Amino acid sequence: MAIATVINAAGRAVPTEINGKPAIPFMGVGKHRPYGNKYGPPIPSCSDYPDDGNKVVATLEEALLRCGIRDGMTISTHHHLRDGDLVSNRVFEIASAMGVKDLVWFPSASFPCNDPVIKYLQDGTINRIEGSMNGPLGRFVSEGNMKGTAVLRSHGGRVQAIQDGEVKIDIAVLAAPAADPFGNARGTGGSSACGVLGYAKADSMYADKVIVVTDNLVDLPCFPMEIEGNYVDCIVVVDKIGIPEKIVSGTTQITKSPDRLLIAELTAAFLVKSGILRDGVTMQAGAGGTSLAIAVFLHGILKEKGWKSKFGFGGSTKYMVEMLEQGQMGYILDAQAFDLDSVISVGKNPNHVPYPVFNAYNYHSKGNLTSMMDIMILGATEVDLNFNGNVVTHSDGYLLHGIGGWQNCLHARNVILPLPLFRDRIPVIVDEVTTLCGPGELIDVIITERGIAINPLRQDLIDSVKDSGLPLMTIAMLKEEAEKICGKPSKPEFDDEIVAAIKWVDGTVIDVVRKIKK
Amino acid sequence: MNGNFAKSGNSGPKVRSDCEMSLELREEGGIIIELKSKVGVLYGESIRRQSIEILNYYQIRDAFLAIDDSGALPFVISARLESAIKKLISTKLDYLPEMPKENKYSTLPDRFRFTRLYLPGNTPGLMINAGLHSADGIILDLEDSVAPGRKDEARILVRNALRQLDFNGAERMVRINQGDRGIKDLEAVIPQNVNLVLIPKCEDAGTVRNIEEKISGIRAGAGLENPVYLMPIIETALGVEMAFEIARSASSVVAMAVGLEDLTADMGVARTREGGETLYARTRIVNAAKAAGIQPIDSVFSDVADMEGLLQNVLSSRALGFEGMGCIHPRQIPVIRKGFIPGAEEIEKAGKIVMASDDALSRGLGVVSLGSKMIDPPVVARARKIISLAVKLGLLPGNWMDEMSAEGK
Repeated sequence: MAIATVINAAGRAVPTEINGKPAIPFMGVGKHRPYGNKYGPPIPSCSDYPDDGNKVVATLEEALLRCGIRDGMTISTHHHLRDGDLVSNRVFEIASAMGVKDLVWFPSASFPCNDPVIKYLQDGTINRIEGSMNGPLGRFVSEGNMKGTAVLRSHGGRVQAIQDGEVKIDIAVLAAPAADPFGNARGTGGSSACGVLGYAKADSMYADKVIVVTDNLVDLPCFPMEIEGNYVDCIVVVDKIGIPEKIVSGTTQITKSPDRLLIAELTAAFLVKSGILRDGVTMQAGAGGTSLAIAVFLHGILKEKGWKSKFGFGGSTKYMVEMLEQGQMGYILDAQAFDLDSVISVGKNPNHVPYPVFNAYNYHSKGNLTSMMDIMILGATEVDLNFNGNVVTHSDGYLLHGIGGWQNCLHARNVILPLPLFRDRIPVIVDEVTTLCGPGELIDVIITERGIAINPLRQDLIDSVKDSGLPLMTIAMLKEEAEKICGKPSKPEFDDEIVAAIKWVDGTVIDVVRKIKK
Repeated sequence: MNGNFAKSGNSGPKVRSDCEMSLELREEGGIIIELKSKVGVLYGESIRRQSIEILNYYQIRDAFLAIDDSGALPFVISARLESAIKKLISTKLDYLPEMPKENKYSTLPDRFRFTRLYLPGNTPGLMINAGLHSADGIILDLEDSVAPGRKDEARILVRNALRQLDFNGAERMVRINQGDRGIKDLEAVIPQNVNLVLIPKCEDAGTVRNIEEKISGIRAGAGLENPVYLMPIIETALGVEMAFEIARSASSVVAMAVGLEDLTADMGVARTREGGETLYARTRIVNAAKAAGIQPIDSVFSDVADMEGLLQNVLSSRALGFEGMGCIHPRQIPVIRKGFIPGAEEIEKAGKIVMASDDALSRGLGVVSLGSKMIDPPVVARARKIISLAVKLGLLPGNWMDEMSAEGK
């Protein structure tokens, strides 16, 4: 069945209907105006819940039955247990055994540990995934094997979709490292501590039914609670919700690659010479090896100059925690803790504050955190001559990554992408991105080991470093340089069939991913 | 030349920017290529086309070629295939990739050689970005870092790397093997605009002169104009004793290095961090080099994680009189450089001495004094050396005297 497509404001052909629901094509940054009221779940009554507050049920099967699991429902999970998650797959194993069909899995992200859900996609238990997918799952979808169409959203876009009623969660199954019998839950404590539960906040508030799964039942009150018991239907106690060493990497590691370190050094030099780095700066960087190296270099500079960052937004790592503890950062506002040091820090340091993406990233909100950030360090699989960015597919056309908070973070004051000019032989700067995830007007600076390209829209930045001695180039020069070394790459071939839709932060469709031609 | 099947290159989960070629010559059936590549969608066609072109070049019409590619760049692909072919057929033909004119620069005999980065000659992944790290020299090593069975394929890879890679103005160096193999190395690499050849385990002046003569022959034959300098490496007790003879053995010798791993092994002693066991050798080499008017260059520091230890090592090396050091990791480059270049305080003090001396000269005074201190002529000479080094390094402007005296006022 051919689906009608239109050309959206970014010049991409996108469908007006996805999985049987109408879809709005991307209209430009800040152009789509939402209307109406926020979604509200059905009104519950205390009369349906025990007076003693004990909502513990014996098994996850029983909890799912009590919550009325049936064909076609949308089940949400969060990804705070990362690659150590033992809960999400279990939900679909149970559903499959019950013979439930056509579920929609709505995770905040998926990890390699979730690859077993492929068999529930194959046996019809799951119709589609609306969330990120990596590795084998991405390959499965790219080859056109999923029944429904995948929908990829940013972390903030996911909150927006929930809040706006674009996705109605029937049952949220929320793993919690600590919970009390009433359902108050938090991310610290127990053997499966993950630090914070920021991604689960919206699910808990907007889902029709909420199940908390824990391996660490504590007495009421489980404090400080990130998930409030008043939203929770039942609690299930299991032996283990996660594999600790896979929940947090014991330590996040700075890159050892001399080339990546060179990129990190250039990035730090750019931030200093452009004047972006200053006393009171606000910043965010990821947990990738290059980002960590940048954080370390910036920390050194802040220290040397006697400056202090007002706050950093996490994904926190030990390198951010070091800034906090040594006095070069005022606060860490944290949506997720990446390593053990940050999990410990959230637990003990009052200036290391859990801060849900709900408040940080949601575009349909009264302002959010990302536009207040001075320095935003992000990655990409590809960037094109118009500075458009791709984070979900590789140049070979396969869907291999989620969007994460990437799109949301593009609204920061200075969006910096430190990238290798080529990976193995694959150039990162291309004529046109394979999949458009972020419009070039929001991407300011590309920093590679062979030169720095500043978006011509940012004349102020160009002026600020024009006599700095930094290796400034145009983006076209960078592309040429890459192709001189690697050769001009061919393009992947696609079928017409749309396997995934990419949503922009406001819920409109910015691009699609098509099936790989075999 | 044996059999009809040969392999070259590397593959496996940890291998990057390399490929493995398995070539089987056949009697009939044309060319069959089986390609496994992680960049297949983007470069599969290009890899096939390039392979067929090379097979044609060597008149191979019937063969089965399996390529296991981990993102190798074109110069690596052609080196690997040429190596496999040369294991099977006898040919004098070289398949040379293009050499852009940016790679044909020459260097000066007395240029700075503070840092020179060693790159193993059969590991292409480390070569590609080597030019970005601002080393004074880049050494493509054909000797100890290449396994004995891989010497022939490394030679072809290094040849192609010299032609294709942009080392950003770093002095282009090759460490050749000892003996006849080294001569074969010279034949392959000298025509690719090598600026300097390192001679390993050098023990006598004759070896250096032979190599110089061989290089002259190759340069004359190919009409090469750029000079090729020599840097003998002293790595044995005998070499240490012969250091001065080696240092002045040939006019193209511009520097002499010491290799402490091999030297301590030869002496049968353990290499310590303090280096007392090689103090004699190092000071002797410094002295011999200075006496011959060439640069003494120190050994590498092998703990790449210990940057503080490296800096201490560099400072004591400079104090002994060495003028440079080998690097085995790009991150060592800035540390070594920082250790060898004069510091701000040192430059300022030298500047004051030079100005005091000039002032005394202009006033016809025989004695130079700075404040209440008398300055001896050798101290002035050393200060002038530091200042000229600082000016050459761009640490001081050419008109530094105007600025320094303006500040003084």
